[in-house]
Amino acid sequence: MKKAEIEKLVHDESIGMTLIVKTVARIMIAMILLYGFYIVLYGHLTPGGGFAGGVILAIAYTLMMLAFSRHIALAKLNDFWASMFDNLGMLAFVILGYIGLNVGIFLYNFLGKGTPFSIVSAGFIPLANIFIGVKVGACLYAVFIGLSIYGRLVLREEE
Amino acid sequence: MFFFKIIMVFMIIGTIIAIETRNMLSAVIAVGAVGFGVSLMFLYLQAPDIAITQVIVEVLSLIILIRTTTYVDNEAIEKRIDNLANIIGLVFLGLFLAFCYWSFAELTPFGSPLMRVGEYYLASGLGDTGAANMVAAVILDYRAYDTLGEAIVIFTSILGAFVILRTRGRKKITEEDLEKVGIPE
Amino acid sequence: MTVFMLDMIIFGLGIYCLIAKRHLIKKIIGMVIIEYSVNLFLILLGYRMQGIAPILSPGQDIVEFAKKGVDPLPQALVLTSIVIGLGTLALMSAYTIKLYEKYKTFDMSEIRKLRG
Repeated sequence: MKKAEIEKLVHDESIGMTLIVKTVARIMIAMILLYGFYIVLYGHLTPGGGFAGGVILAIAYTLMMLAFSRHIALAKLNDFWASMFDNLGMLAFVILGYIGLNVGIFLYNFLGKGTPFSIVSAGFIPLANIFIGVKVGACLYAVFIGLSIYGRLVLREEE
Repeated sequence: MFFFKIIMVFMIIGTIIAIETRNMLSAVIAVGAVGFGVSLMFLYLQAPDIAITQVIVEVLSLIILIRTTTYVDNEAIEKRIDNLANIIGLVFLGLFLAFCYWSFAELTPFGSPLMRVGEYYLASGLGDTGAANMVAAVILDYRAYDTLGEAIVIFTSILGAFVILRTRGRKKITEEDLEKVGIPE
Repeated sequence: MTVFMLDMIIFGLGIYCLIAKRHLIKKIIGMVIIEYSVNLFLILLGYRMQGIAPILSPGQDIVEFAKKGVDPLPQALVLTSIVIGLGTLALMSAYTIKLYEKYKTFDMSEIRKLRG
């Protein structure tokens, strides 16, 4: 969908929630996404990690679907791509394990240790956090799409 | 220590409300209150990783539970009161609590854990892996295989949810189908 | 010991709700309560009196950190267990939605009669 169509749908009063909710949600979605990326990326230095950050990313997209309508949320990330990111994240994590088989150990930490307390350190722990964050975020958003949209189609078709 | 007991009593009251009330929206909100109490306990037990994860997962599970129940049917009305199941449940609860009381005398007392492997991980985590967060070092370096197993479990359960919820056939969902359903926009 | 017993009261109430109620959503609520109480029990086992969180800050002494830190191993277990609980809740909700749309009721004893 083009940007002009999205703008027209956002300012339409009859779909989605009221104007106040939409305005606040526009600001909050950007901040929630930023916070989610921070928690995923700094998982080896501060509390957090891949799982908590991934669920925060899923909550940002869920807020987009609840405040605006499903058209806009599906235009930004539709169900095919959400499922595909889920698969790609899982595949990347398994390939990261297979690389270590060169030395003889599955999931061996093959990158260097680096200086402590800096962002590029601790081997492949930041990479694994990113892959797991993408995987968990995409799969929880996809299951929310499934529960809210897919679950109702059979009911109406049988009427 | 006194603070822990206050929060646990609050959680017990929340649980009793969640079980017994008839209005489903109140039950779901009471479950949310219990979850926040658990997260507060995690914060005071010096586990900040787990506290963040518990709050976030609890918000998402509240959204899923509200979608399941309060859209369609808000009252949990029981037509016949089933006395046998209630009595069996309460007898089991009493026996379980008595058994727990006898067997918790064998555990290490609260506040002095038996950290045989934990001491090693804390002392040499920074030297072996280079990470400052010891929990991240444990789940992604010392025990990365368990994380792979957990990713597989989440993948399989979400896949199962999709298989159940999918419409029949393999036709793509078009705009006309979505218009027919009439989901509140 | 008192804190352990209070936690097991929550676990027992969750199991009572799972076996004695007939409404499907009450059973789901019972399972969620059981998961909360088991995760809390695992973290309670690893607590050390006046301990500090297992996260190093720059310029901290490692020997003292090993003597005062809380056990990191139960925290690693519980971290994955919480997110798996969310996946299980999504699966249970999918079942419940489909059952409601077919039988128009949440009551387990009506569904069990298999009207078809």
